[in-house]
Amino acid sequence: MSIEIPTINLTNIGPLITLSVAGLLLLLVDAFSIKGTKKGYFHQISLVAVVIAVLQTIWLWGRNEMDFSRMIYVDNYSFFFYLIFLLGTGVSILLSVRYLENYNKNYGEYYALMLFAAVGMMLMAAGGNLVTIFLGVEILSIPIYIMAGMFREDLKSNESALKYLLLGAFSSAFLLFGIAMLYGATGTFFLEDIAKVIKSGGMNALTYMGLGLLIVGLGFKVSLAPFHMWTPDVYEGAPTSVTAFMSVGTKAAAFAVFLRIFMDVFPTVRMDWDMLLWVLAVATMTVGNVTALAQTNIKRMLAYSSIAHAGYILIGMIAGNQLGAIGILYYLVAYTLMNLGAFGVVILVSRKKDSYLNIYDYSGLGFQYPGLALVMSVFMFGLVGMPPTAGFIGKFYIFSAAIEANYIWLVLIGVVNSLISVYYYLRITVIMYMKPAEADLGPVDMNATMTTTLIASAVAVLIIGIFPSSVFNLALSSVKIFGS
Amino acid sequence: MQIIFFLLAATALISGIMVVIQVNPVRSALFLVLNFFALAGIYLLANAQFIAAIQIIVYAGAIMVLFLFVIMLLNLRQPEEGGAQQHLGQKIFGATLAGGTAALVIYTISKIKLPPGKEMVEGFGTTEMVAKSLFTEYLLPFEATSILLLVAVVGAVILAKSRLD
Repeated sequence: MSIEIPTINLTNIGPLITLSVAGLLLLLVDAFSIKGTKKGYFHQISLVAVVIAVLQTIWLWGRNEMDFSRMIYVDNYSFFFYLIFLLGTGVSILLSVRYLENYNKNYGEYYALMLFAAVGMMLMAAGGNLVTIFLGVEILSIPIYIMAGMFREDLKSNESALKYLLLGAFSSAFLLFGIAMLYGATGTFFLEDIAKVIKSGGMNALTYMGLGLLIVGLGFKVSLAPFHMWTPDVYEGAPTSVTAFMSVGTKAAAFAVFLRIFMDVFPTVRMDWDMLLWVLAVATMTVGNVTALAQTNIKRMLAYSSIAHAGYILIGMIAGNQLGAIGILYYLVAYTLMNLGAFGVVILVSRKKDSYLNIYDYSGLGFQYPGLALVMSVFMFGLVGMPPTAGFIGKFYIFSAAIEANYIWLVLIGVVNSLISVYYYLRITVIMYMKPAEADLGPVDMNATMTTTLIASAVAVLIIGIFPSSVFNLALSSVKIFGS
Repeated sequence: MQIIFFLLAATALISGIMVVIQVNPVRSALFLVLNFFALAGIYLLANAQFIAAIQIIVYAGAIMVLFLFVIMLLNLRQPEEGGAQQHLGQKIFGATLAGGTAALVIYTISKIKLPPGKEMVEGFGTTEMVAKSLFTEYLLPFEATSILLLVAVVGAVILAKSRLD
């Protein structure tokens, strides 16, 4: 038997290679640095890697092909998501530096795992084959299980890691089972070929089961409503920097897969999954927003808010038109910036041992630290979706896409939910500015890395909210692959 | 063929249930070995010889030995009586719910007509074919697996090492 080696072009996976190599380098630097001296250069190395990967992605922009025997798509859609992941990873690294040092946890492994997780996300977004996508899911999830449990002395961190691991393994099983069903029905793992088979032969019992199980598996990763139970506990217990990273990274990656599969593979059977996703979206928004009202722990509140945001993003997918896809991409950029920023403020205020996590700890922050309160307000207004922030434009695109596709009720429910969310987001602002400090907050460690990152994120939220056209155009050229 | 399949499937199911309901962890582990063997048989019936061999060598062999070692090292004692309070109502409710779900699933599956499966490619499941596709078509996933394994190793070290400096 002769073996033909397929031709491959390594530059097509340049960003993935850069991040993987940097991850390996970090492990080696940690292992070989001299004992007793202050270990360093971890975040510098990882940031350099992220920047190089960004440059590589920009250089690749515009290519439209498949490589590695059709295992990955090399297209603008993947590249757009690469940039979202790299943005999320870069900001998370900046937010982690001081936090980890305060906890005496400045390990090279932490940054290495973060970069490997980013590689997994990229494999998911670019995957052209269900095997590649599944491996991406696992390469993303396992580092996050580990990072969530990194504070080994902290019981809550242990709980968070264990809960995420067990439920994550459970959801992976659903995903795999769905993939197996689709393989059994179509005889292939390639998205293109599955799409062809479904287009010509229609759906049958096996493909329906596959579709349903895929929704469960991916729905867990983006925390859609009936599969969201893990989110608050895991987000609360994990180190805050890890929570920030997973709340944006996992969600963006899973939506990348979600969107590609539904727009590429199942567009001909829209009627079948429409109603299902409609119910999921309504349930997700409502559960997320209503439960967030009752939270007093800020990490739990942000966890429920992230559930609600998954619901809004799902609306764009139900709309199923080009504007909806653009809306999702835009929303994910905005959400990444706003959520990371909000968690960054939480990191600053909570400080050592996470002792200031109650929302009433923020009372009087507006007088003591006006700058910090101001950026927090920007992020809160953004998450509500108020103009002129990016959150408003994101919601605007998604809701108008749904109206274009005649989902008036869905949009109405979405708007009502946004109104509910005003209460708990603005409560933070009210507490910061209109309540006197209840307890002494003590000095907040305003270091240069954190403040610069937070200010840059807040400014970015405002800029892409006021001038959305550049991101819109990038997103437009990314979703052209979806025919319609 | 059919009889062998149902025999293996029944063995797999029963041993799976026994893994869960056994109180003694060593017995659970041994039933798991039985389960793995039954699964290997099913893989063989499905023409996946390579996977069947790997199943026995890796799972039933290597992993289960480690499992048993860990159980013996941990020296687990029998849980004392009345550890967790269980009410009769809970049991009845749980059993009804599980039974109802099972009935629904079985009813649904018996109603639907499954489409005929796709034909297998020539040489499906042989070691040569697996190797060939791993190093040609599935090159990228194969390489990505190495990252996955590396991550798992790093995780094991960082979560289990007694003292990190």
